[in-house]
Amino acid sequence: MHNKSVAELSRDLESGKVSSVELTREFLDRIKQEDGKYNSFITVTEEQALAEARAADEQRAAGNATIWTGVPFAHKDIFCTNGVRTTCGSKMLENFIPPYDATVTDNFRKAGAVSLGKTNMDEFAMGSSNESSHFGAVTNPWGLSKGEKRVPGGSSGGSAAAVAARLVPAATATDTGGSIRQPAALCGVTGLKPTYGRVSRYGMIAFASSLDQGGTMARTAEDNALMLNVMAGFDPKDSTSLDREVPDYTATLNEPLKGLRIGLPKEYFSDQLSPAMEEQIRSAVKEYEKLGATVKEVSLPNARLAIAAYYVIAPAEASANLSRFDGVRYGYRCEDPKDLMDLYTRTRAEGFGTEVKRRILVGTYALSAGYFDAYYLKAQKVRRLIQQDFINAFKDVDVLMSPTSPSPAFIQGEKTNDPVTMYLEDIFTIAVNLAGVPAMSVPAGFIDGLPVGLQIIGDYFSEARLLNAAHQFQQVTDWHQREPQ
Amino acid sequence: MTISRKDIEKVAVLARIRVDEEQVSALEKDLGNILDLVDQLSAADTDSVEPMAHPLNAVQRLRADEVTETDQRASFQAIAPATENGLYLVPRVIE
Repeated sequence: MHNKSVAELSRDLESGKVSSVELTREFLDRIKQEDGKYNSFITVTEEQALAEARAADEQRAAGNATIWTGVPFAHKDIFCTNGVRTTCGSKMLENFIPPYDATVTDNFRKAGAVSLGKTNMDEFAMGSSNESSHFGAVTNPWGLSKGEKRVPGGSSGGSAAAVAARLVPAATATDTGGSIRQPAALCGVTGLKPTYGRVSRYGMIAFASSLDQGGTMARTAEDNALMLNVMAGFDPKDSTSLDREVPDYTATLNEPLKGLRIGLPKEYFSDQLSPAMEEQIRSAVKEYEKLGATVKEVSLPNARLAIAAYYVIAPAEASANLSRFDGVRYGYRCEDPKDLMDLYTRTRAEGFGTEVKRRILVGTYALSAGYFDAYYLKAQKVRRLIQQDFINAFKDVDVLMSPTSPSPAFIQGEKTNDPVTMYLEDIFTIAVNLAGVPAMSVPAGFIDGLPVGLQIIGDYFSEARLLNAAHQFQQVTDWHQREPQ
Repeated sequence: MTISRKDIEKVAVLARIRVDEEQVSALEKDLGNILDLVDQLSAADTDSVEPMAHPLNAVQRLRADEVTETDQRASFQAIAPATENGLYLVPRVIE
């Protein structure tokens, strides 16, 4: 059962081949047996999961089932879950039990899905390797058979590793600068970052609010569509949520791709791209040509400024968002504070990890008196230039394609000593967040036995087209079905 | 772009994060490297460009001025480090 997709499991539940309780037990057992190797879960909620499974079986027996009723999945530990510890990968929230559900959590609850627990992540979603989690690094299931401990990518590394290792068929994730797509690529799974404002941010612990977007991770594009059907929609509780109609994302999966216009941004295929990666991506694009797509070169002239703009905007917004962790209302508080200033400064020094503190300090500097115009305002202007590049490109083409990450999964510890080297891991993904457009990562080959992701970028609100393009690719390739040994 | 020891100490106070003496040099180097990376922005011509805050230029929605929230003080305070009679407790501020 553990190799089946959400769509297949849903059919098995519907036909009575298996009950939700049986399915839930099977996946819980797998997590127990296997996750010692990966550390992809921070919290496993066995009792709640079995209770939800029993309720799902009753709903189905009563004829009230949705596609998701009784299907097991997991949440990235950034989505608040009422009554279930939500840590965001941080010591600051090690014992935080939210008194409410995120809208995304609530949506899956209402659909009848069974949450098995909360997946590991970089602390406060700041990282590209899942090594900054207070709960320990996550190990990529790929490469382990050769005795190599590789990173799963980040920040949604726990979700990606859990889906790749068949511990869950699907998991929620979030993407601020590549945190869905890069781990999906490094773990050989399929992930989607929707248009900014498509999925509610309510109850999703904030990192950089103008960039954060919740999204999906599963092995197939079809399962990503099933997830987005549950997650997408206007939410009055999120002030930047957009009120647009939500299509049935599964309805257009089987549209033919004949005539699809693909753009290859020349800046993403520069001399610096490794020949092995370029070969994998170009051969994936060839598959699309066989399906009737046309290909042309396009330009994103300001893309080279994306990382610089991001490392002003994201830390600046993070420094404001994370000011709420003050040791007063919830979360960690230091021992024996001698006065209020000591309470604040020691709580935050002890509760946050190195990378989080580094970003808060950079962001505070960028926002401080005398520097605001030179950094934050300048970065927001460059952000508009980057957005304009995408708007121009989408006048000529329907989707853009590129590698998701510059290289496959690297060895743990390789990049932890140099933050700037780690930041370059997101060189192909960050511009998408600045522009706010949707993008996917789809398994598209292997380099030395490690998975490679093809990034497909679309215009605003074109998630259905991206999912269609990914699904059609998965009808003629089997990269997404490969299983780590 | 270099960032001085004094800058780090000032920013640490603004951010309410205690930075110990032995951490300052590492932060000087790391923050300096990040600011070097960020300095690429200064080369971009943005004279006539409007700063971008929301990708689809959405503006803040307004709602009717009605009470919609219920009182959840007890459940919110149940997870606080220290409370008394519905108040959050912190070290004495006024002698």
